[in-house]
Amino acid sequence: MLRTELGCCRVQRFKLPKSKTSDLGVPLPRFAGEEQTNRFEMNKPAGVILSLRGLTKIFAGYAAVNAIDLEILEGELFTIVGPSGSGKSTLLRMLAGMEEPTSGDIILRGERINDIPANRRPTCMVFQSLALFPHKDVGANIEFSLKIRGVEAGKRREKALELMRLLRLPETYYGRPVTKISGGERQRVALARALAFDPDILFFDEPLSALDYKLRKTLEKELKDIHRETKKTFVYITHSLEEAMVMSDRIGVMRDGKLVQIGTPQEIYSAPSSKFVSEFIGDVNVLPVTVNGSGRLKCEHLPAELIAPALAEGSAAGYLVVRPEFLRFLDAPGDADNHVIGRLYNEYALGSRIQYQVRVGELVFVLEKLRHEAFEGRLDQEVLIGWDAADSIVVPDV
Amino acid sequence: MMRLRPGTRAALPVIAFLLIGFAAPLLAVIGFSFMPPRTFGLSGEPTLANYTTIFESTAYISLLWSLGLAVATVLILVVISYPVAYGLVRVFGRWSAPLTLVFVIPLFVSENVRLYGWLLFLIKNGVLLGGIKALFGLELESMLFTLPAILLGMVYVYLPFMLFPLTLGIAMVPNETREAALDLGATRWQVFREVELPLSLPGLVIGCLLTFVLAVGAIAEFKVLGGQQVIPIAHDIEIAFTYAQNWPLGAALSVLLMLVVGTLVLLALRRFDLDTFLGRR
Repeated sequence: MLRTELGCCRVQRFKLPKSKTSDLGVPLPRFAGEEQTNRFEMNKPAGVILSLRGLTKIFAGYAAVNAIDLEILEGELFTIVGPSGSGKSTLLRMLAGMEEPTSGDIILRGERINDIPANRRPTCMVFQSLALFPHKDVGANIEFSLKIRGVEAGKRREKALELMRLLRLPETYYGRPVTKISGGERQRVALARALAFDPDILFFDEPLSALDYKLRKTLEKELKDIHRETKKTFVYITHSLEEAMVMSDRIGVMRDGKLVQIGTPQEIYSAPSSKFVSEFIGDVNVLPVTVNGSGRLKCEHLPAELIAPALAEGSAAGYLVVRPEFLRFLDAPGDADNHVIGRLYNEYALGSRIQYQVRVGELVFVLEKLRHEAFEGRLDQEVLIGWDAADSIVVPDV
Repeated sequence: MMRLRPGTRAALPVIAFLLIGFAAPLLAVIGFSFMPPRTFGLSGEPTLANYTTIFESTAYISLLWSLGLAVATVLILVVISYPVAYGLVRVFGRWSAPLTLVFVIPLFVSENVRLYGWLLFLIKNGVLLGGIKALFGLELESMLFTLPAILLGMVYVYLPFMLFPLTLGIAMVPNETREAALDLGATRWQVFREVELPLSLPGLVIGCLLTFVLAVGAIAEFKVLGGQQVIPIAHDIEIAFTYAQNWPLGAALSVLLMLVVGTLVLLALRRFDLDTFLGRR
């Protein structure tokens, strides 16, 4: 197998300075690999609100969540991304107290909360289905947790109206049945209901997935604004890395019950740790390669050897990843470190960008250009494309 | 000839069937209730004599007994069935199906046969008392031919009609709304009161209406297990139509029963709008 040889070959180019702090004054996380090695360290770095240690959930012999170690920082918006079936929902349900871990610890502010039931955890969840109470009106939904705590009606109403203002719900909606408002408004009611609880951590289980594209885009940004306003810790799960990129301070990519990479959106984008992560982000060029004796890369479908980016010690094989925007149409072979000759197969308008598909034998390359820099060419025309070694990375096949 | 839309035309046979089989007998009963006592045609002079007879005789007492015992039956059934239905939906898991079958199977046996079964079970020197006598030498009074025996029979016979609508009602409570309530800090009891009970109300209301209507018309339980200790309205109606040969009186009793039950059901449906519960409106 390839994966053992290519332990960690990440391009250093895009890495952020380690001392940088976020707007919330919270130190930005260190690199994923470092956290994993420190997982049993007792002196936790300041600002960790929730830490998971070897958290595992086994369903009928199958590990839905497999020994996850993770530290979530106070006030950050952490997103867990993964395809369906990757165990992200199960993970979140364990954090919220709706699923019992098979093994491992959930530690909230230094206290183990495994055995604390959902109704006594200072956390709150916004469900995928929203789970609004259909027999209650907007106000009663938002006030639910306050009523449970015995807050008097006047104060409840005040708080509900304050939250409705924050979430841009008109005051007239207070007495309206939740069944008579639109999807986006219901979304806001669900968020207001969770915020009224005043949780330490807010969990989100793909709450935007049922909405149409435009509304989703609006709400993604609104959610990030709400996060800024409330300064609470948000843990969000989604299957859309694009959604995660827009909102998150940090992202954890999940696959088959494991977190395969944890990092800032920038790190995940520019330095994916594996073929899986790089392909999860979207259209990307991935070439299976082997490293030959002279440190060059060989792809069996391409005649020429390729100049490699900085490789980790002992790398022998893996995948070369080049993002579409780093591939260029060349005038001459010498204009880039690597070049291939292909045939322009098709082009697709992606709004502000145009994507080109170039075929080289059996390989398919995608290139993207801004609209005003569009490439003028005929379909089936022979084209010369290339990229610089520094714009590529080699990842293991995991 | 007037042209009918295809839908109406297709519905004609059903309309005719309903008119002849359902509306006509009902209208005949209403008509008979205004005929002079002990007549057998609809051509007599309309009169209210039958209705005055009801309130001068003991028939209205029968009506009150029927209504009272029906209400008692419904209340007992709610108390018994809710936990069972809740268990069938949420707790028993894979045992739910066989348990459901246990509740369904008695429905395959005629009501009278089942009631006579209870009779044999409860009668002096029967299964229960005879067994106790043989084992412990104790001679106990039989509960047969008492009010509790009638109630037992009604609760037993109408249990499925409460249980299954209720099971459906509880099954329709979305699991995530329960989890959401719990997550928002509600205790188990608060989840039940604030979410599960109100959201399962449609099933409960349907179960109550169904069992109430059936129980008001009950007669066999009174005859078999009650030993004529208490006379239900259905029995008075039967007597009027058969032994007494007083169709107009029977018809008037029937109309009165329909009016009372119909009013109660309509009031209940108005108070509990099923669609509103389900959030459809």
